[in-house]
Amino acid sequence: MFGYYLDLALRSFKRNRTLTALMVLALGLGIGASITTLTVLKLLSGDPLPQKSARIFAPQIDPLPSASSTRADQVWRNWGNLMTWTDAMNLLHAHRAERQAVMALSPMKITPQALDQHPFFSDGVITTSDFFGMFDAAFQYGSGWSAQDDENRAQVVVIAGFLNDKLFGGKNSVGRTLRVNDKDFRIVGVLKPWAPQPRFYAVSLGGRGYGNGDAVFVPLETGVAAQWNTQNVNCFDTGVDINHLTTAPCSWVSLWVELRSASDAGAYKTFLSNYVAQQISLGRMHHPEVNLPNLMGYLAQQRVVPNDAKLQANLAFGFLLICVVNTVGLLLAKCLRRSREIGVRRALGATRKAIFAQFMVESGMVGIAGGVLGLVFTELGLWAIRHQPAEYAKLAHLDPSMFIATFVVALVASLIAGLLPAWRACVVAPAPQLKSV
Amino acid sequence: MQATTKLLAVDGDSHKTSRPRSLLQETSKVSAMEIRPILATLRRHKLTAVLLTLQVAFTCAIVCNVAFMIVHRVQRVSMPTGIAENQLSVIEVLGTTQGTNPQAQQATDLAALRAIPGVESVVATNGSLPLSQSSSFYGVCPTMQALQQAMQAQALGTACAQPGKYGGSSGLIKTLGLDLVKGRDFHADEFVNDDDPPVAIISEALAQRLYPGQNPLGQALYTGAKNPIRVIGVVKTLLAARLRMPGTDYYTMIYPQLPDDAYVFYVMRSAPQDRARVLQAARVALLKVDPSRLVPASGIHTYTQIRAQYFQRDTTMIGLLIASALGLLFVTALGITGLANFWVGQRTRSIGIRRALGATRGQILRYFQTENFLIVTFGVVLGVLLAVGLNLLLMKHYELARLPLWYLPVGAVALWLLGQLAVLAPALRASHVPPVVATRSV
Repeated sequence: MFGYYLDLALRSFKRNRTLTALMVLALGLGIGASITTLTVLKLLSGDPLPQKSARIFAPQIDPLPSASSTRADQVWRNWGNLMTWTDAMNLLHAHRAERQAVMALSPMKITPQALDQHPFFSDGVITTSDFFGMFDAAFQYGSGWSAQDDENRAQVVVIAGFLNDKLFGGKNSVGRTLRVNDKDFRIVGVLKPWAPQPRFYAVSLGGRGYGNGDAVFVPLETGVAAQWNTQNVNCFDTGVDINHLTTAPCSWVSLWVELRSASDAGAYKTFLSNYVAQQISLGRMHHPEVNLPNLMGYLAQQRVVPNDAKLQANLAFGFLLICVVNTVGLLLAKCLRRSREIGVRRALGATRKAIFAQFMVESGMVGIAGGVLGLVFTELGLWAIRHQPAEYAKLAHLDPSMFIATFVVALVASLIAGLLPAWRACVVAPAPQLKSV
Repeated sequence: MQATTKLLAVDGDSHKTSRPRSLLQETSKVSAMEIRPILATLRRHKLTAVLLTLQVAFTCAIVCNVAFMIVHRVQRVSMPTGIAENQLSVIEVLGTTQGTNPQAQQATDLAALRAIPGVESVVATNGSLPLSQSSSFYGVCPTMQALQQAMQAQALGTACAQPGKYGGSSGLIKTLGLDLVKGRDFHADEFVNDDDPPVAIISEALAQRLYPGQNPLGQALYTGAKNPIRVIGVVKTLLAARLRMPGTDYYTMIYPQLPDDAYVFYVMRSAPQDRARVLQAARVALLKVDPSRLVPASGIHTYTQIRAQYFQRDTTMIGLLIASALGLLFVTALGITGLANFWVGQRTRSIGIRRALGATRGQILRYFQTENFLIVTFGVVLGVLLAVGLNLLLMKHYELARLPLWYLPVGAVALWLLGQLAVLAPALRASHVPPVVATRSV
């Protein structure tokens, strides 16, 4: 029976070629636009550490002076998990989490040893030893540094795979020397390609959210002792001495913690509250509010996904809606025109169910054709996005789930569009149609 | 006979034109006469008519809002900066030769750059230019008292502002092409390196914000620095390095401050057609002064490029918005044409009968045009309401401004025109149905 319906549908398409083509085109455009924007949205709102993001938390406290009228959630919204040096160090050394790391971003000048290569600036991170284990940054060669190295302000460095390729031709460079900001550092580790998207830990530190990741990692205390510039410094009191950031009333380092399980968050939050209460009693702090969002909660709080991307997706769905309404109208008109054909089929014994099925098959075919065309438009759209200079542009590729989604959306859209015409067709009473012939 | 009755019933537009009239009379009366039969017909095509109405309504709602967004973004992208945009080029240099005093180095560099043919003037800056994204914003207050209040409350309050700060070597005002409307340019002895400068030039917008109704010249800026900074000049327009909040984007001030040693950005002014050549020559000249320094390719731009880079997202968005608005209108036009085509096909016989009974081609044409006008009118009425609703939703979720009401009639007229355009071809086809069709049996 299905084959027969397919045949009938093809015949009906042939009778109205232009119209069928236009229907498919409209549906294809709508689907192409929707899937393109959805792919971008999915890319932007992805989970950067899917295997453990539920156990990674960003502790937030409110360091502002007593007279501040800014609400704590506003402070966190603006500053993320930035902290003063004192608070970050206190919480780090308390070791109340499975792992914890403090970090800041610092642009670093790299001087290659080859004489014919110019020095260049790279994205650098100054951080503590747990960083690599906590964020699942795997090593190609060597390993990270130890907590002892942190304390000793060791002149060691971990570099990203792409920097190793550039400087050492991808060979094992552990033990060799790298000149960073005009000082010699010993390479202890080379990372495998590691670039979480979005680069969540850089969001509040003033870094880029997407892209191929940071190139150089140096122990925090080493960089701070050398007074390297950090990217984002927020001061909140008078008499700031910007050259002594470790004692200044400024938030400029961020703390991340990994807990054993997501359910330990309550205990850590209590610890955080107690810490703040203690600091309030010491007169150092004035606001008791604390917050402990997990990684995805943090990304939502920081509104990492740009409003433009959301707007585009909504617009694309509005477009798809109009395309579907359009298809319903055209299919309906088409089916009403075939009342006589339906009448004849009904008189010859076709059941209402059969007529309904026939028309659903017809609209389903429009949908599949629209899906194929939509896929073409999606690829075109993503190709266009890849040629945009936006930092996430290079990542815009159609993944298999989106590929399937294209067809599901197309089929569902067309079947919804076909419901009304098919219902109208199957309620046609055969007798009046035959009389008029 | 059966067949005829049926078809007339479907269309309901028979018996109307039995009396032949002159064309002139007809045009004046046609619309009023024909609306009732058209409504009767539409009632028989309720579903299709409702669908088309809905489509027009959705399109109207979305296109009105999209058009508003486009205008909003275009206004943003075309904000004036106040500087001579198409004459400026910027080149970035990292690091100084070891053992050299940075100021001496800058003087050497400036001399080398000034010697390039076509360079009218050149200044050293710290990289901050309007829309360059690299920026520092300082909280400033008109009085010491206001500053203390603001510091304690961690809020600028009503008296203070947070302008963007620019700095550069002598000749900055002239090189950037700023319009100095009050006061004077900096004197050579007022330039400082790292410290806070004694004087500053501020934008007119900032002057009005800090000292409303007063002469800004000679006033003091309180920034939290040891000594207040005296205002010695006012420039007409100067946009900040980053757009943050509408209304505050023109709050800017200029310090007579030389860039610190690590990064220097040289801004050169030349004729627009010389910019590419000047930038090339500048790179060569700077490396000639000291080959060991960094002049990265990523730090060589004309100002036009810097501006385009800043608004790149917006221009993409404008393109997308225009494309989707056109796409929507196109799909809607498609729907109207498709449906009208069907209706014409369905009613060929009744059209033939009407023609045989004396209806002119013009009447048939206008019948379909009026029908379309009615459907689009229903759609537009609904669409205007939806547009306002959609705008309220967007205001809530995307911080969009309120849709000015005049967009609604403009959108309505646009859809009416679109509808008439889309229905024209099927209506013309209908008007060419010969009367003889009526006599043919099915």
